[in-house]
Formats: sequence, structure tokens, C-alpha cells
Amino acid sequence: MSHLRVDAIACDGHGLCADLLPELVDLDEWGYPIVTGPVPRRLRRAAAAAVAACPALALRLTEPPR
Amino acid sequence: MPAALTSPTAASRALDRPDVHLPLPAVDGLVDAVDAAGLRGRGGAGFPTAAKMRAVLDAASRPDRRRRGQPVVVANGCEGEPASHKDATLLALAPHLVVDGAVLAALALDGSRVVLCVGTAAPAAAGLRAALAGRADPVAVEVVEVPERFVASQETALVRFLGGGPALPTTSPPRPAERGVAGRPTFVANVETLARLALLARHGPHAQSLLLTVGGAVARPGVVEVAAGTPLSRVLALAGGPSTQVGTLLTGGYGGTWLTARDHLGLPVDRDSFRAAGATLGAGVLLALPADACGPTQTLHLLRFLVRESARQCGPCRFGLPAMAGDLTEIVDGRPDASAAYARLTERLGVVDGRGACSHPDGAVRLVASALHVFAEDVAMHLRGLPCRAAGAPSLFPAGRSAW
Repeated sequence: MSHLRVDAIACDGHGLCADLLPELVDLDEWGYPIVTGPVPRRLRRAAAAAVAACPALALRLTEPPR
Repeated sequence: MPAALTSPTAASRALDRPDVHLPLPAVDGLVDAVDAAGLRGRGGAGFPTAAKMRAVLDAASRPDRRRRGQPVVVANGCEGEPASHKDATLLALAPHLVVDGAVLAALALDGSRVVLCVGTAAPAAAGLRAALAGRADPVAVEVVEVPERFVASQETALVRFLGGGPALPTTSPPRPAERGVAGRPTFVANVETLARLALLARHGPHAQSLLLTVGGAVARPGVVEVAAGTPLSRVLALAGGPSTQVGTLLTGGYGGTWLTARDHLGLPVDRDSFRAAGATLGAGVLLALPADACGPTQTLHLLRFLVRESARQCGPCRFGLPAMAGDLTEIVDGRPDASAAYARLTERLGVVDGRGACSHPDGAVRLVASALHVFAEDVAMHLRGLPCRAAGAPSLFPAGRSAW
């Protein structure tokens, strides 16, 4: 299963990822994302959309090592 | 700070030996020897050294190796931890041993360049340059002075600095082993780790020794070298013994853990025994806290230092650490809303942990979580509005210089 990874340095806490993908992203009290689990197949497209929408380019989808 | 000389086995001694430049031993099988010896990094994280070296070898053997270039070895002698002096002591007393280790690592990794990193204000730079002047090494060796800052000694920060950037951590992966200095596979290792590697190459397999910085309430604070597994009471005795009644020890450094002295005098000083006791040995820092000191207050001083030293690059560290310090301040002061602050603090410890690009916030979480556990009785009194007499006292440990 693929995973969402937050680049903690690049992330500015815009919070779009949590808006677009509340199933997998919570925000902490300062507005920074907490990824709550791996990306199931049914959420792959939504996850890709969240990655594309991040204004800071701080979100990435990573595949597990083969 | 003086170095107390101790009784580790002859082969494992880094400090009390003549530091002369001898012909280098062969490096055939060195990575396997490092692996067999179980050598782990002595900079704090304790990562297996052979695994790091193999990651460099892997990266250097990939099809795009020509583009990547030959590996680089970075000897990390920055010692950003204000309470730690073991790397400075080692560099002062045995610079050749450290350079030997770095050059041997470069040869074992088919590297072409060694960079020795020390703090800007450190006397070690001149000592290393003097040592290099009398050597003819088979790879290029240079000394680079790095701004003195807590997070500057994180390995990604060194790689960034050597690439012309600020000495602040970067996001990883890519790890330095894959893409480090000038994009090359880079082996970053603490200077003591490299000294141990040199001793292994010279003397073959032997029991390991550790450099420890013992400070706080002891009669002769300083650096000691002991055989791994030496009981804690013996280590304290080598530092002159307690100078007053000692209640707890801070282990591992400012992002470390508290350990009650009474229950752990027989604890073997090594990584695994400390871990089993719920403590960290980190970079080998042991600071004795007097029994009549206020643990939560002293923890707050250290936490405030960690707040100041944050690179402020990652939200959870930038905002989370000051929030934690605010909560702990309310607890230390025994304010009416201290119980709410306590609940908030325990929640925040879980939220902040593991969410920075480097381990700086994790160290702050570890320190505070350990304090709430070890000083639980004292904390309970604070929460009831009855802080101890030493609450609010100045820091007993060096608070360190800060960039802000």
C-alpha cells in the first residue's frame, strides 16, 4: 500500500490536504497535517489530488519498497 | 575539562595512548569487522556503523555511480550538546586516531575525500590542522569549521552546510549515504565512532570502550573512558563521586532522560542496559542532579534551551516546543490551572513526537515525558499548588549559547 509523506520543512500548514482528504489527514492545533494511515486503493485518486493541490509541494505519495 | 583515565582494555583505549601517526593498517574486510564488533554511532543516535557504511557502498555501486562521484567521509566533531565534552577531549588528545579512522573509512568505501567538521570556536580546529600538517594521507583531508549550534551537528545539517547552505537539517530521504556532500554518497560519522573504527582496524576484535562526559553534582566533572558495561556507580566514582546527595541523573544530554540514582547505581553503562532501564545513553552524557533540586524546574530550563535551539523549520517543532514549555511553566509555578496544563502537555507530547525533519522535537518530547514520569511525586505537589522550595531556581546545568 502506498503512503502519504509530509515534508515537514516544506509544509507551511495551509491545510488543503486535510480539506481534500479528511479520511487520511488530521490537522494538529497549529494547522499542520498528521497522516493517520496508509492509502487504501479506493483513496488513491483522492490522495493524488491532495498531493497535487499542496501549495508548498510538501506532500508526496510513496510506494512501499519492492 | 580533564580526562580521567580508566581501565578499559588496552586495544580499546582512545584516550590514554600516545597519539602518533603510524602507517595505516589494511582496510580489507573493515566493514565486516565493524559489523562483527557491533560498533554503533557515538554521536547520540546509536545507528549501526556498518549499516551506514554499506548504504554508502550500495549507493556508490549503482549504475549512475559515475554521475554521483566517489564517496565522501564527514567526521562529525561539532558536539552541539552543551553538556558534552567527550569529542573535544578526544580531538585534543588523539587527533591522529580520529583522522586515521576517517581516512580508513574513506579507503574502505573507495572514497576520495575526508572532511573533518568542528565548531567554529573550538580549539580542535587548530589541533587537527597541526596534526594534518605532519601527515601524508592517501585521500584529501580538510578541516571545516561549522557554526556552533545544537542542530548543526545533525548529519543532514552538516551536508547542507558543506554544500554552501545554512547548518540546518534537511528533509530525508535522501539520506547522506545516498546523496550527500556535492551529491556524492556520504558517510557521516561522529569522531569517537571513527576513533573506534581505527582501533578495530589496528588491533582487531576487542571489547568496546566508551567516552562519557560526567557533570553536574560530582567532585571532578570531566570526560572518562570506561569499558562498556561498567556500573554507573563506578563511572560516578571516576568523576570524584557525588559532591552532594544526588537524586537523579540526566542521561544522554538535553534531549535525554532522567534516571533515579538510588535505583540504578549498579546499572551497566551501555546502550542496551540503558534502554532496558527506559533511559538513553545518547552521546554519553551523564549529569548528576542534587536530591534537593526541583526536577521539573531543571527540566524546564533544558526545554527552554531546546526551544531556542530549534531550527524553526518544521511547524510541530516551531510551535509545539514553545507550547510544551508554556505548559511546563504553569506546572512548575503551581498555578491554579496547572492540572489543565498537565493534561494539555501529555496530549502535546504525543502530537509533536516524530513530526520534525530531524529528531530535535523527539528529544524535547523524550526529556519532558521522562521528567513527568521520574519526578511524578514532585509534579503532583506542583499540580496541587505546592511547588517545592527549589522551584524556579536557576539552571544547574550549562544553558548553552543560543542563536536567538
